[in-house]
Amino acid sequence: MTSLLTTWFPNVMSRLPEFFSSMVQTLVMVGVSGVISFLLALVIGVGLIISRRDGIRRNGLVFTVLDKLIDLFRSIPFIILAAALVPVTRLLMGTAIGPKGAIFPLVVGITPFFSRQIESALAGLDPGYVEAAESMGMTTWQIIWHVYLREGIPSIIRVTTITIVSLVGETATVGIVGGGGLGDFAIRLGYQRSMNDVTIATIIVLVIFIALIELFGRLLAEVVEH
Amino acid sequence: MSTGRRDDYHVMQSTREGGNVSERTPAVRMEHLTKTYHSDDDEDKTALADIDLTVETGDIFGIIGLSGAGKSTLVRCINGLEDYDSGSVKVRGREVKDLSPAELRDLRRRTGMIFQHFNLMPSRTVADNVGLPLRGGGRDRASRRARVAELLELVGLTELADHYPAELSGGQQQRVAIARALANEPDILLSDEATSALDPTTTRSILQLLRDLHDQLGITVVMITHEMSVIRQICNRVAVIDQGVIVEQGRVFDVFADPKAQLTKSFVATTSNLDKVRDLMAADSPLVALHPGQILMRMSYVSKEVSEALVSTISRRYNLDVNIIFGDIDVVEGAPLGGLVVRMGGDAENIRQAMEYLRSRNIGIEVLKS
Repeated sequence: MTSLLTTWFPNVMSRLPEFFSSMVQTLVMVGVSGVISFLLALVIGVGLIISRRDGIRRNGLVFTVLDKLIDLFRSIPFIILAAALVPVTRLLMGTAIGPKGAIFPLVVGITPFFSRQIESALAGLDPGYVEAAESMGMTTWQIIWHVYLREGIPSIIRVTTITIVSLVGETATVGIVGGGGLGDFAIRLGYQRSMNDVTIATIIVLVIFIALIELFGRLLAEVVEH
Repeated sequence: MSTGRRDDYHVMQSTREGGNVSERTPAVRMEHLTKTYHSDDDEDKTALADIDLTVETGDIFGIIGLSGAGKSTLVRCINGLEDYDSGSVKVRGREVKDLSPAELRDLRRRTGMIFQHFNLMPSRTVADNVGLPLRGGGRDRASRRARVAELLELVGLTELADHYPAELSGGQQQRVAIARALANEPDILLSDEATSALDPTTTRSILQLLRDLHDQLGITVVMITHEMSVIRQICNRVAVIDQGVIVEQGRVFDVFADPKAQLTKSFVATTSNLDKVRDLMAADSPLVALHPGQILMRMSYVSKEVSEALVSTISRRYNLDVNIIFGDIDVVEGAPLGGLVVRMGGDAENIRQAMEYLRSRNIGIEVLKS
């Protein structure tokens, strides 16, 4: 078994510790930036939903600002955004390379997409639930908590799964600007030094990652839905 | 209306007393209520125009109209889910537009609302749905649970407490919604087409439940519907709305017995099969064929003071053969409403006298064929 792997993946097998630490780095980057951008996206997504035209706290200014900011950031390809953010990243995190340097651009890159996903998940809720909650005399916070976030859980899980999958892709992209992780590993060795087995091993690991994320997301959504 | 001045007096008085609602303050009073929807591209659409309407405490007030007539908007002005441009909406004597956000929430807690599609929260059990309005109301968990149990018993769903809405029938879901609407002991219940998604049998049982709750709890009910049979079954007063304008309002019995507006007439006709006789006559049906000396006549109950056995009285007293072809009589507000189509045969003078007698008993007479 080991000899077979050594035959097929010589460059990976000779760098196993680095390969494993790349995996861990990718997981850390996805985990940390995922959690931060999830929280930001919830705030922004809820902000969009309640401030829009038929929202419970209609506010044209707040809606327009959030809406245009999202459009602005989403129109910049991620690799360019990550490069453009290097000075800010260095200022904020003290470094622009490695997993530590990757988290800030990942958050900036994924949060607009995530916010749109959350917005559309919440927009899909039956407006009748919100109207019923209003007719009970609930406050805005109660409606956000008891209706939007609570009743939106199955949809929020679904869009989070989609977003995490995109985020895994973006962690590979930050590898190009020195972000570390599997992307960095594959680009530095597989691409720049033509070690095809490294590229293929990376692909296999990423496919497994994503399959697991999808599976977990689907199971979770099924469990919470009635 | 003769009570108008008295109502005004009480509204003024209760306002002066700092919103202390006396028993005779109308539950809801709308005056010159007008609302227009503004849209960017289209021309403005008038949803409500100069609405005047008074719902007295203890009424079961029906608002009927075709879809798009503005009745949903109208009922939402009562609990502030819709705002209005001009005119006045006073609930328990207080102008809805002038309420602070906190006061508006308080009004909503004291005003339950149920909906056509129930609007139960799918992720919560029946008990949690019913307990939802109790949250943040200063009750502890045990007291909330006790109240939920009480409410579920009231609507007869105790054994379904731990089920999810998706597992319930439409009628059961509406019962849950009613329990939820009553959680904070409201004195007004708004019903927005609450039976429109239900089959006729379930509709009857939900209406019966609303009637029972009204009798038991003394709750004022404002219900909007497009079905005149709903109005007939439980309301005591009715307003007919057409394109944002109230075309007719009054006591249900009076409106049914003698509808004035064309729309009201067509609504009333939907609840009765007496008009079928005209189709039969047009088709020369043997059912309505007459022998010489016979007449075909429609008798309508138009007054509440009818309680005698009229058919047997006239057939005995005037020696007539009275043959009932059609009948459609319902009890509305405790009095018979509707009518009969009969074929009468006998001496012409006796028929004339019988008709005279019926008129004197406040029966509407219409000779269809002679």
